Amino acid sequence: MRITTTGPGRRPPSHRGRLALGAVAALVLGLTAACGDDSDPTKSADQEELGEGESLTITTFGEFGYDELIAQWNEEHPELQVEQTKVSLWDDWKNELNTLLQANEGLPDVVAIEGDFMPALVAAPERWVDLSSDEVDGRWLEFKSAAATTSDGALLGYATDAGPEAICYRADLFEDAGLPTDRAEVAALMTTWDDYYALGEEFVAESDAKWYDASGSVAQAMLNQVEYPFEQADNSVDVENDDLRAVYDTVTGYSGSLSTGVSQWSDDWTAGFQNDGFATIPCPGWMRSNIRDNTGDPAPNGVVWDVADVFPGGAGNWGGSYLSVPKSSAHQEQAKEFAAWITAPEQQIQIFEQYGNFPSQVAALEDPALLSSTDPYFNAAPVGEIFSNRASAITVQPYHGPLYSDILGKFQEAITRVDQGGDPEESWETFVTEVESLQ
Amino acid sequence: MSTRLDSPAEAAADATPAGNHARLVRRRRLSRWDLQLSPYLYISPFFILFGLVGLFPLIYTGYLSLHDWDRLYYQRGEYIGLENYRFVLTDPVFLKSLVNTFSIFLMSSVPQVIVAVAVAALLDTHLRGRTFWRMSVLLPFVVAPTAAVLIFGSLFADKYGVVNAILDGIGLEPIRWHVDRWWSHFAIAGMVNWRWTGYNALIFLAAMQAVPRDLYESAALDGAGRIRQVFSVTLPMIRPTMIFVIVTSTIGGLQIFTEPRLFDDTPQREGGPDHQYMTSTLYIYVKGIEDQFYGRASAAAWVLFLIIVGIALLNFGITRLVTRRQA
Repeated sequence: MRITTTGPGRRPPSHRGRLALGAVAALVLGLTAACGDDSDPTKSADQEELGEGESLTITTFGEFGYDELIAQWNEEHPELQVEQTKVSLWDDWKNELNTLLQANEGLPDVVAIEGDFMPALVAAPERWVDLSSDEVDGRWLEFKSAAATTSDGALLGYATDAGPEAICYRADLFEDAGLPTDRAEVAALMTTWDDYYALGEEFVAESDAKWYDASGSVAQAMLNQVEYPFEQADNSVDVENDDLRAVYDTVTGYSGSLSTGVSQWSDDWTAGFQNDGFATIPCPGWMRSNIRDNTGDPAPNGVVWDVADVFPGGAGNWGGSYLSVPKSSAHQEQAKEFAAWITAPEQQIQIFEQYGNFPSQVAALEDPALLSSTDPYFNAAPVGEIFSNRASAITVQPYHGPLYSDILGKFQEAITRVDQGGDPEESWETFVTEVESLQ
Repeated sequence: MSTRLDSPAEAAADATPAGNHARLVRRRRLSRWDLQLSPYLYISPFFILFGLVGLFPLIYTGYLSLHDWDRLYYQRGEYIGLENYRFVLTDPVFLKSLVNTFSIFLMSSVPQVIVAVAVAALLDTHLRGRTFWRMSVLLPFVVAPTAAVLIFGSLFADKYGVVNAILDGIGLEPIRWHVDRWWSHFAIAGMVNWRWTGYNALIFLAAMQAVPRDLYESAALDGAGRIRQVFSVTLPMIRPTMIFVIVTSTIGGLQIFTEPRLFDDTPQREGGPDHQYMTSTLYIYVKGIEDQFYGRASAAAWVLFLIIVGIALLNFGITRLVTRRQA
């Protein structure tokens, strides 16, 4: 090509230049129009048969304990193969899920939903498949299925596990600090939060370890006993209520003395399991596999984990998830069939025995296999019996509105700020402002 | 580009009898179109792609920034004018993120360019196993940022990190890398530098090798030592490359995202619980993806875009100034 002396920049805009500009403008406008005309997310996708080599997809987070069960299913159902994607943290999966929901594309056929997020689904139910059927009617604990049911009676998720909380503790550290180690004796010492914190102060005076794993985890435990933590029954946000403030003040008050000061799920938190960082941890059933994985199995020399049949302030449920099917799935019937199978009591008991996730299915809770189950890693504690007791002691189900999950994140951040040396009052004000900006 | 060239087709057309006139006119027209339009056709893939993934999102973002957002249904809400811009510009978190962005940018780009020039100057000498050294400096660049953050994450962990263990070993106070604002910027800038210094050094090296060797010889004859040669010969000769690297690392430095996002080990990953190291791109992500306010995120994206354009224009001005002085 010949190089001309007049560069393109110096020439007055030619006729052709204007034409090009027009073309670009037309392209942009065309695209804008195409995208403004969003495909309707509440419309069900066209249903298709699974083709050769295609699988039903499911995305879970954390540890659902599905590896073995899915392998078993795939062996028994050569025509309906299932492929699982595992995301390590709920918060990460939530972001991805939000993005996929926004695009209304690329969602798996079966979506794992953390219990705290379920209210957001219930508030916008048209995007999800109604999973109710006679087969699963009455399968779950009342509070679990109620949380996933819309006012019209549509069931938007099959509950997987529940999170009745006990206290897991390091018997070896208790012994070093001169505290009792027997789980019944320990249980008797922490029936209220006041007792729990008082015992903690006794403990840290005699030990290098802290009392609990993270301020956020104790805050979450206390929050699960508050009836209206962030939102009122009409879904209006009210974070400046006395109950919430009391939780905040208590937890941040002990931030420097009893807490490790690290944030839950961080690298430092994980390392704390191996470095004798703390002695107790609020312990929903599913936490047991986290404890085992983070401490190491077999346990390092001298480390003895145990679990006490008690929860300060009564009882509480932390977490427990659901499986939902989005309307964008092209295999809704198959997805429903698979989700119903894997959340059935028999499967959930197998998961409990292998991973510790506590079932939310009524039949599973009464199962003798569950009640007689013990966990060698936790000093052969009768975990089946303990968590059943903890589940039946639950009286308060905190109300979770559609913003619960979002506000909880901000609340945890507020506590972490104090852990890191921030002023509690200032941090609370930031929290209130940030919640306002969520509305 | 010339359009008045006589093509073989046109030459042939002139020589044919008049009976085929209509066909020839058509053919001639076609060949002229070929000449006139083909170049545009050949370069069009870039512009079509740019339109799709560059220009369109830019304009659509601007469009979204003027609208409310329905969080439950993930849909565009009604037109609300400049409300989102008002929110973003008065949001203390956004302003904090801007300060963080510039702080991390300065802590990364400035040392990065200086060290890269020094490394390039060293690589430009007669080393044994030159290719080995040159490839080595590029090695960090090959490592995925996510993997790099994992490595640095365990180096800079607050409680059980390697760096703090060393500090503790030599009797210094451990540093709270995830808490203290400026130290967190330091750690993040460290990751960015580790990754990009070698890459920039290679670009400088390429420029240095294009410097005529006789300049060095005459400089040496004039009695200039090694250091003097670098400052008086090498640096002036690679000035255009310096400007290129400065511009690209400015743009990159203002868009740092992966490092602060993954450096944060709280589950919310919002650049620290107090947003100590939340950069503006991270703010956009948090507003859009986590908090589900696409309008506000779009407004923030446009504000950041304008800031970067402003700085790019500044750089352009400097470039013109410098090149003119050279000429």
